[in-house]
Amino acid sequence: MSPKDRSPIVEMRSIKKCFLDTVALKGVNFTLYEGEICALLGENGAGKTTLMNVLFGYYACDDGEIYVNGEKVTFSAPRDAIAKGIGMVHQHFALVPSISVLENIVVGIKESKNLFLDMKEARHRLLDLEKMYGLFVDPDVKVETLSVGEQQKVEILKALYRGAKILILDEPTAVLAPLETKDLFATLRKLTENGNSVIFISHKLYEVMEISDRIVVLRNGEIVAERHKTETNMRELASLMVGGEIDLGKRKNVGFKRINDEIKDVLRVNDLWVMGNRGIEAVKGVTFSVKEGEIFGIAGVSGNGQKELAECLFGIRLPEKGEVYLDGLSLAFGNPFFTVMNGMGRIPEDRIDIGLMMDLTVEDNIILEMHAFRPLKNGILLDYDAAHRVSDELIQKFSIKTAGRDAPTKTLSGGNLQKIILARVIYRNPRLIVAAQPTRGLDVGAIDFIHDQLINASKSNNSGILLISEDLDEVFSLSDRIAVMYEGRFMGIVDIENADRETIGLWMSGVKESCA
Amino acid sequence: MILTKRPPLPYWAQILIPFIAIVVSLCLSSIPIIYAKGDLFKSYFYLFYGALGTRYNFLETCVKSSPLIFTGLAVAFAFRAKFWNIGAEGQLLAGAIVAAWIGINIPEMPKFVAIALIVGAGFVAGGLWALIPALLKTKLKVDDVVSSLLLNYVMWHIMGTLLFGPLQQPGSSWPRSPSISELAKYPILLARSRFHLGIVMAVVAIAIIWFINEKTVLGYRIKSVGANLKAADFGGIPTTSVIIKTAMISGGLAALAGVGEVCAIHYHLLMDVSPGYGYSGIIIAMLGRLHPVGVGLSAFFFSMIIVGAQTMSRMTGVPVYIADVIQGMALLIMLVAQLFTEYEIKVISK
Repeated sequence: MSPKDRSPIVEMRSIKKCFLDTVALKGVNFTLYEGEICALLGENGAGKTTLMNVLFGYYACDDGEIYVNGEKVTFSAPRDAIAKGIGMVHQHFALVPSISVLENIVVGIKESKNLFLDMKEARHRLLDLEKMYGLFVDPDVKVETLSVGEQQKVEILKALYRGAKILILDEPTAVLAPLETKDLFATLRKLTENGNSVIFISHKLYEVMEISDRIVVLRNGEIVAERHKTETNMRELASLMVGGEIDLGKRKNVGFKRINDEIKDVLRVNDLWVMGNRGIEAVKGVTFSVKEGEIFGIAGVSGNGQKELAECLFGIRLPEKGEVYLDGLSLAFGNPFFTVMNGMGRIPEDRIDIGLMMDLTVEDNIILEMHAFRPLKNGILLDYDAAHRVSDELIQKFSIKTAGRDAPTKTLSGGNLQKIILARVIYRNPRLIVAAQPTRGLDVGAIDFIHDQLINASKSNNSGILLISEDLDEVFSLSDRIAVMYEGRFMGIVDIENADRETIGLWMSGVKESCA
Repeated sequence: MILTKRPPLPYWAQILIPFIAIVVSLCLSSIPIIYAKGDLFKSYFYLFYGALGTRYNFLETCVKSSPLIFTGLAVAFAFRAKFWNIGAEGQLLAGAIVAAWIGINIPEMPKFVAIALIVGAGFVAGGLWALIPALLKTKLKVDDVVSSLLLNYVMWHIMGTLLFGPLQQPGSSWPRSPSISELAKYPILLARSRFHLGIVMAVVAIAIIWFINEKTVLGYRIKSVGANLKAADFGGIPTTSVIIKTAMISGGLAALAGVGEVCAIHYHLLMDVSPGYGYSGIIIAMLGRLHPVGVGLSAFFFSMIIVGAQTMSRMTGVPVYIADVIQGMALLIMLVAQLFTEYEIKVISK
């Protein structure tokens, strides 16, 4: 079937959506044709998931219109979208682990007027669906016993059972093993053969090229290109996705440090393997080193193992195997105190969750990492006079906006919370700073401040800095060397002067090509 | 109507709240007093007269507050680390049992050594009993509320077994131990009263706990562990060891309440050695907002109500159970008030 024969099944016209003061979607026109698999491609924060959440009725759009089968619709909740035949499978499944597959599928359906569900009928329908789409899952087993891939099948069946003709899958392969991915693709093809349409959100180019008929690229809340698979290639898609050329003159980190073997390593990571929360390996054998005075950037779409890598270095997650040397010293895993004591400054990704004690005062948070050392610790006593002095000094030096050192931390804004963490890190003159997503969610002023501080630490204190960020601009703007992490591995490491954005974009999407 | 977060209240308001809760609960208690056909003015007069009116009454109120201060401190100390020690009652019994056992069998020695030995052993017994839920929590992630609470019943039955067995007074058929030696009895510090050493120890304990909380590394760590366990761990604090230390100090404090009851009040071990001081400690800790001085004040208030209610009951015929009503009411009002220090009700029309 050529695209011309197909009729639009979903049309979204000039969709706008803002969250507080950030614009997530800037007037997006998106069309889905009947029986196609359409991939939505883009970096983190490009607006893919937001757009689909609007279509599924999770978010009301601020402006714009949605047509399904030519009929204008307004969805105020997902159930309205389900009623129009739209189903969505999220990255995080919405299943009840302790009940059976069948029960999960029928739960929440109000189709019969009867008081009791007709489970026999339901089972029959479910088995029919399973046969039709080749999605075989035992209806009677408890969901908690299923693998992630099987749970995803249950989610798809749940959508189909509710009469979905349009299926939205948000990064469906992120949680799957390669074989499961193959299975999923077979299912998707069956779905379209039976007249369903699929929207496939992804940032993985290989998969997009393999499964989709049409590819829509989003960047910064706008659709920047639409291509049929036959008209494009991975290189083009990668550069569309990451956009623009690098202007090295615009870098905040003026000049760059040339790396050679003479310079001392402050961090050496040898063949590090780390397990993720889902019981699959998140970091799969990473080897690299960070030199004195260097900013080493790890780019990549989030969820490719960066978080686990950082947590392992922080001492809060145990690796499966591998070695880490901090300034020549073998790192004791699972021991945050060791890292603090031996000169690692740590900026965690979840600053509120693991970085700060929000109910305590600003001072309590500033002294968290230094309270175990002189001059604050004096035998069993804590010298609060010294603590006050340090707190006042740092509040001033880092211009932390707060009512004072005794103010509850929860009264501070996001940028100032991050400054507390930065202040306590920089104060100890760390040999190495591991900064995980250090500017995510912050305003421009705070971002600049944090960048300046990191650059300053590398230049004036000769600290090595490991910058882990999903913001490619940030990585380009600060790093001396860039590595790209994809599915737990490094796609490559390149000096900033030899890096080009297109290649980095390809690496981020899982396409291995060396920098030309 | 919805609850929304409000900006934090000033410090003085936070201090004022328990006092408001007490006044309101006293006011509300007039309803059951009227229902019991008591004269309102007379009842409250005798409630306070019974608690504070004479030298003896006042000293009795002090006597009653000693175990309440210990259990209140025990709970407050543990709660700061978010170690939910509901097991002060069991730890109290552990202390009472050890105190009775040593007190009965103690050989001749100087008095102060004997008292120090009993207090020390009682503290350790309570600490070890509290170690069980602490280990279960830190090593096996067993909920501390449940395990510490259930261990109360275990210790109660251990005590029953001992009182019908090795600790039973020879020739008696009651679950009651022989009297402890004179050597083991807390000295009475004021003539013509029961004002004993344990009251001074309770006040000293308040000072020590305040010092630990405000001046030591451990106090800072306990606060941090309680505020955000993950952040404390990330920051390099040895969280498991902090929780274990907290639990053991907490259990030891609760045990001292039991030691005092045996060595200064009953002079032997019996099943009713505690009328639920361990549970009252939870209310006292909450009412005292987990601050040691607040705990001291609220324990004294509780003790006033308990002691005063006796006189009130004798003079007006209002049942003594009114004391329980006032205590329960004070906690509820306190909790509601605490909720409203953090949240406010907004009425939104649809």
